[in-house]
Amino acid sequence: MWIRRASLLALLFFASSLRAELQIEINQGLDNPTPIAVVPFGWQGLGAAPEDVAQIVDSDLVRSGQFAPVSRRDMLSYPTRETEMYFRDWRAISAEYVLIGQVTLGTQIRIDFQLFDTTRQLAIDSGTVTGPVTELRMLSHRVSDAVYERLTGISGAFATRLLYVSVMRNPNAKDFYRLTLADSDGQRPIVLLEGRDPILSPTWSPDGQEVAYVSFETSRPAIYRQNLRTGAREQLTNFQGLNNSPAWSPDGNTMALVLSKDGNPDIYLLNLTSRALTRLTRHFAIDTEPTWMPDGKSLLFTSDRGGRPQIYRYDLRTKKIQRITFEGAFNARARVAQDGRNVALVHQRDGRYHIAVLDLVTDRLTVLTETSLDESPSIAPNGSVVLYATKRGQDSILAAVAVDGGVRFSLPAREGSVQEPAWSPYVTP
Amino acid sequence: MIKPTLYAKWISLVFAAFVLAACSSNDTKEAEAAAAAAEEQAAQEAAAQEAEQQAQVEAQQGREAAAADVGTVFYFEFDSSSLTEDARAQVDAHIQALLGNNDSVRLEGHTDERGTREYNLALGERRANAVRDYMVANGLPSYRVETISYGEENPVAYGSGETNWQQNRRVELK
Repeated sequence: MWIRRASLLALLFFASSLRAELQIEINQGLDNPTPIAVVPFGWQGLGAAPEDVAQIVDSDLVRSGQFAPVSRRDMLSYPTRETEMYFRDWRAISAEYVLIGQVTLGTQIRIDFQLFDTTRQLAIDSGTVTGPVTELRMLSHRVSDAVYERLTGISGAFATRLLYVSVMRNPNAKDFYRLTLADSDGQRPIVLLEGRDPILSPTWSPDGQEVAYVSFETSRPAIYRQNLRTGAREQLTNFQGLNNSPAWSPDGNTMALVLSKDGNPDIYLLNLTSRALTRLTRHFAIDTEPTWMPDGKSLLFTSDRGGRPQIYRYDLRTKKIQRITFEGAFNARARVAQDGRNVALVHQRDGRYHIAVLDLVTDRLTVLTETSLDESPSIAPNGSVVLYATKRGQDSILAAVAVDGGVRFSLPAREGSVQEPAWSPYVTP
Repeated sequence: MIKPTLYAKWISLVFAAFVLAACSSNDTKEAEAAAAAAEEQAAQEAAAQEAEQQAQVEAQQGREAAAADVGTVFYFEFDSSSLTEDARAQVDAHIQALLGNNDSVRLEGHTDERGTREYNLALGERRANAVRDYMVANGLPSYRVETISYGEENPVAYGSGETNWQQNRRVELK
C-alpha cells in the first residue's frame, strides 16, 4: 500500500512537471462547426492507459474552430470497434461524424482508428499509427491530422511542435528568459535554454531536427544552432555588432542572417558546410528579417531604404531587389506559407500593429487581427493558421488566427510573457 | 612624460649641487647660502606643482561629478536615432569627463515595444551608434566606445502607452 502511494505521488509529480505552460482559449470558431463525436478509445495493455487519446484528438479538432465536440456524457454508447456501432445512437444526438479506436500496447504502442459518417451510415476512413510509448501524444495528434484531412481536404498540422520564448519580468533584477519546445497544443514543454540574457529569433531547420536562435549569453548577440535529438550546440557567428534573424534555406545547406559588422545591418548568407559568408545586400539603410521563399530561389526581407520599413524580395539568380509591399507605412517581418503564395507580416494601420496576409498572386493585403501590438507571425506547415504574439495587459501572449480570418484562439502562459512563436515544419515521425 | 615644471626642478637641483662642489674649498659659506636658496626654491616649485596637480584632479573630479549628475540614460523620440538637445547636453558632460580619464564605455541601445523585434534591434543599434559617433566626433577615440543593441528587450517600463514607451527609447552608458 505504502509503495503504491509513493509511486502515485511520484507519478503526480512527474505529471505536474510536464504540465503545459500555455493554456488554450478558443476566441472564435466557425458559425456552423461540424458536430463530431470522439468516443473514448479502447485500451489493451497493463494498467490504465497513459493518455486519453480521444481527449487529445477532441481538443485538437475543437481548437481548429471547425468542429463542435459532442460531450461524452451525451453519448449513448462507447463503441471501440465497428461491430459495436449503432448509427441511430449518434443520429439521436446529432453527431455527423463519429471517431472510434483502440490503443494497443506491445513493444511499441499502436492506435487503430475508424471514422464514420452517420448520415451515410458508413465508415469513411480508417488507419493505424505506431510508435514508441513515449510518443503516444504525438501519435494521437497524427490521428487528428488524418481525421482533419479526411473531413476538410486540408492536411492537419497537429502532429507538429512549437518553439517560443518566455520572459519572467523582474523589476528588481534582469528579466529571466527561457526558450521552450512544446507540442502544437502547448503540452510537453521542454526548456532548451534559459538565463538572464535575452533570447531572440528562434527558428527551425527544414527537417525539424535542429533549431537556431540568438542568445546574448556572452554579453553580445550571437547566433547558435542546437540539435534537438543530441542536444549538440554550436555558436555560428560572433561578429562585431548585430548577429540576428537566422533563417535556414529550404535545402538546409545555407543560413540567411543579419550582420552589421560592415557598418549597418545587411543580409548575409552563411554556407553551413564551408562556413563561407556572402554579403547579399549593401545599403546604408536597415536590411533585416530575411526569410526564404519555399523554392529557395529568392528571399524576402525588411528594409527602410525607401524611408519606412517595407518588404522587399531579393532574387538570388539575378541579384535584383524588388519592393513587394505598398500599402501602409510599415510592413515588416514576412513569413511565407509553404505554397509560396500567402505572406504573413506585421502591418501598421492608424498607429496600430496588426498581422496581415499578402497574397502574392493577387497582391491583396488582408488584415487579420484587431489587437494593436501584434508581432512575430509564424505560419502553420499546412498554411491554414498564423500563430503570432500580442499583448494582454502587461504580458505578451501567443494567439492564432486562420488565414481566412474565420477562427481565432489564444495561448496565454500560466505565468509571465510568451513571445516569438515558431511553428515547426512537418516532422518525420 | 616628464612635465616642464618637474624638469625645471631637476635642473635647479643639479645646478645647486654643481655650485656646492665648485665652491667647497674656499667659499663654503656662500655656497651653503646658495644651496639653501636653491633648496627653498625647489620646495616652492614642488608645492606649486602639487597644487596644480591637485587643481587638475579636482577639475576632473568636477567633470566626472557633472557627468554623473546628468545621468547615464539618454532618451530618444519615436522611431528616431537623432540626439535630442537634452541628450546632447548630457553626452557633452560625459565626453568632458572621458577626455580627462582613460575609461572605456559601453553604449546599450534600446527601443520601445512597437514594431518588430528584429527591426528594433537595428533601431537600437542606430541609437547607440549615434551617441558613439557624436562622442568620436568630439575627440573620444573610437576604441574606447563599444556599442550593443538590445532592441525592445530589457524594457525599463513594462506597460504600454507613451508614458512607458518614452522611458524605454534610450541609450544607456555603462
